[in-house]
Amino acid sequence: MNAADPIVEVHGLRRVFDVSAPFLSRLIAREPRRTLTAVDGADFTILRGETFGLVGESGSGKSTLARMVVGLLEASQGRVLIEGVDLAGTGDKAARRAIRRRIQMIFQDPYASLNPRWRVGDIIAEPIRAFGAGGAGAGPGKRATVARVGELLELVGLHPADGRKFPHEFSGGQRQRIAIARAIAAQPDFIVCDEPTSALDVSIQAQILNLMRDLQDRLGLTYLLITHNLAVVRFMASRVGVMYLGRLVEIGETEALFARPRHPYTRMLLDAVPDLMMSGRPRTPIGGEPPNPIDPPPGCPFHPRCPQAIAICRTERPAFIDNVACHLAHDERQN
Amino acid sequence: MTGPLLSVRDLRVEFATRKGPLVALDGVSFDIAPGEVLGVVGESGAGKSLTGLAIIGLLDPPGRIAGGEISLAGKRIDSLPPAQMRDIRGRRIGIIFQDPMTSLNPLLRIGDQLTETILAHKSVGRREARERAIAWLGEVGIPSPEKRIDGYPHEFSGGMRQRVVIALALCAEPALVIADEPTTALDVSVQAQIISVLKNLTRRHGAAVMLITHDMGVIAETADRVAVMYAGRIAEVGEVHEVVRDPLHPYTQGLMAAIPTLEVSARRLAQIPGAMPRLSAIPPGCAFAPRCPRVFARCAERPPLMAIGDRGAACWLYDRAAVAADVRT
Repeated sequence: MNAADPIVEVHGLRRVFDVSAPFLSRLIAREPRRTLTAVDGADFTILRGETFGLVGESGSGKSTLARMVVGLLEASQGRVLIEGVDLAGTGDKAARRAIRRRIQMIFQDPYASLNPRWRVGDIIAEPIRAFGAGGAGAGPGKRATVARVGELLELVGLHPADGRKFPHEFSGGQRQRIAIARAIAAQPDFIVCDEPTSALDVSIQAQILNLMRDLQDRLGLTYLLITHNLAVVRFMASRVGVMYLGRLVEIGETEALFARPRHPYTRMLLDAVPDLMMSGRPRTPIGGEPPNPIDPPPGCPFHPRCPQAIAICRTERPAFIDNVACHLAHDERQN
Repeated sequence: MTGPLLSVRDLRVEFATRKGPLVALDGVSFDIAPGEVLGVVGESGAGKSLTGLAIIGLLDPPGRIAGGEISLAGKRIDSLPPAQMRDIRGRRIGIIFQDPMTSLNPLLRIGDQLTETILAHKSVGRREARERAIAWLGEVGIPSPEKRIDGYPHEFSGGMRQRVVIALALCAEPALVIADEPTTALDVSVQAQIISVLKNLTRRHGAAVMLITHDMGVIAETADRVAVMYAGRIAEVGEVHEVVRDPLHPYTQGLMAAIPTLEVSARRLAQIPGAMPRLSAIPPGCAFAPRCPRVFARCAERPPLMAIGDRGAACWLYDRAAVAADVRT
């Protein structure tokens, strides 16, 4: 396997939620069914060993997309292939099980994602018991599991003796380390990280981000990193996808995207980040707020806030061509 | 200028527990000049929100002010009876909290909440109060305020609600506004709007601001001076550009280096080892010493906030005698 082969392929992924009132209330009020399209046709690939960052504001659909990629949520349309295997497909069951072991997830809230009644050692041992430490099949013996848990705790910067403690005895940053240890216990290739540091203080965030990078180098991990923090994406990701109202509006190499954003929304997001170093980089103020996804605007979903919107943006939805979904960017390329 | 608007001296806040008092704030001192924006930054548990609550007299028991003085325009306010303190909140000190829904009553139209506040603190009639309320909504950037004034909080988006809260905090024209994480619950693009509204309006009305946040970026954008808090104490205080560009305290230095930025692409972030101590386990001497890369013998004793030009840092590195003694040994 070479370095540039895709590990995850997402094709036309779409998720629609039914947000209607209950049947009887709807009947009485004579309301139609209402739906919310949380993710509307996402297409991208993640290459082996890279970190793909997904940024967007709340309600942009980035977490819904992540949950579909790991298989926690069923897609309404489209497919997710992991190493060519469709997890939701009906093909080879053994192949699907083998792939599932190699996908793990880290959640935002380290207070909610660890069972408070389990000892940390048991939390980390669960995936080892479920999947077996090495390959598929039965789990390893008890002693081997304990040794492996100790190893994992050390790998994430904790002490092997910490395995006997309960989650409440740890701080937020340490809990996130435990969640990472649990994720890598199954020896995954691909980890989806949903806002892994958003609940942490900056000095702790730096520790966790460095740890994630070290583990990536040592274990050859591939990350899908979901965050609203552009500086975190800039630090971690090799490529970035920007989401707005359920749609991917731009994908690009991190350096290029931050230096020359092509979609006006990406530009706006970058401008909104406080200028910590007071470098005096030019910024344009932004108006408006993300619209309600239940009732998205016609045409380009961004046009009501876009300073450069032209007539076509109000009526026609821009297709995702050449890594950007914007009429203006498409025109520029043609001329 | 005639002395500071707000002066906090040696503030000590304790929480009574079964195992004895827990010291949450210890020797916190700072001033805010009229019209000045002071940023208070720190990690969770550093005591920044507690400082704000102590100033406005809203500490929840078992927390209590165990020492020190708080003065507003030269008059002590830390020992006022509750009724007088209630009058100061709103009239002289406006308050903005993180979650706009905690400041807004969901059952009342926003116009009623605004006019009630204006009527309570200003000697104007009902019609005049309503007109002022509309003007305030316009000032904070709510489109067609004369229509929106009769809306309920739930009919507003998160950013619009926070604008209403700003109008509510400013409508009695207080001399000081305490804003506790006013943008933390908002999206990035909305955050920038709220910061600029807050900044422009307080400047236009000459109100001073104590801006409490964990986000150094927000401080850099907004504040004139910044106080950095660590483990219930002030580690460093100074003009914001100087603190950001050239931090004095090793904690501030570590904090600044740990923040990923858009400008710099690094292979690794600088990190401070360990975590801030719990209140029950604050080490004797300098609270940062166990994590400090430049710790030396003198740090076993607690450093006072030392004046370095017009800045201040609670660190023995800036005490010539201490450093000289360390070189000799």
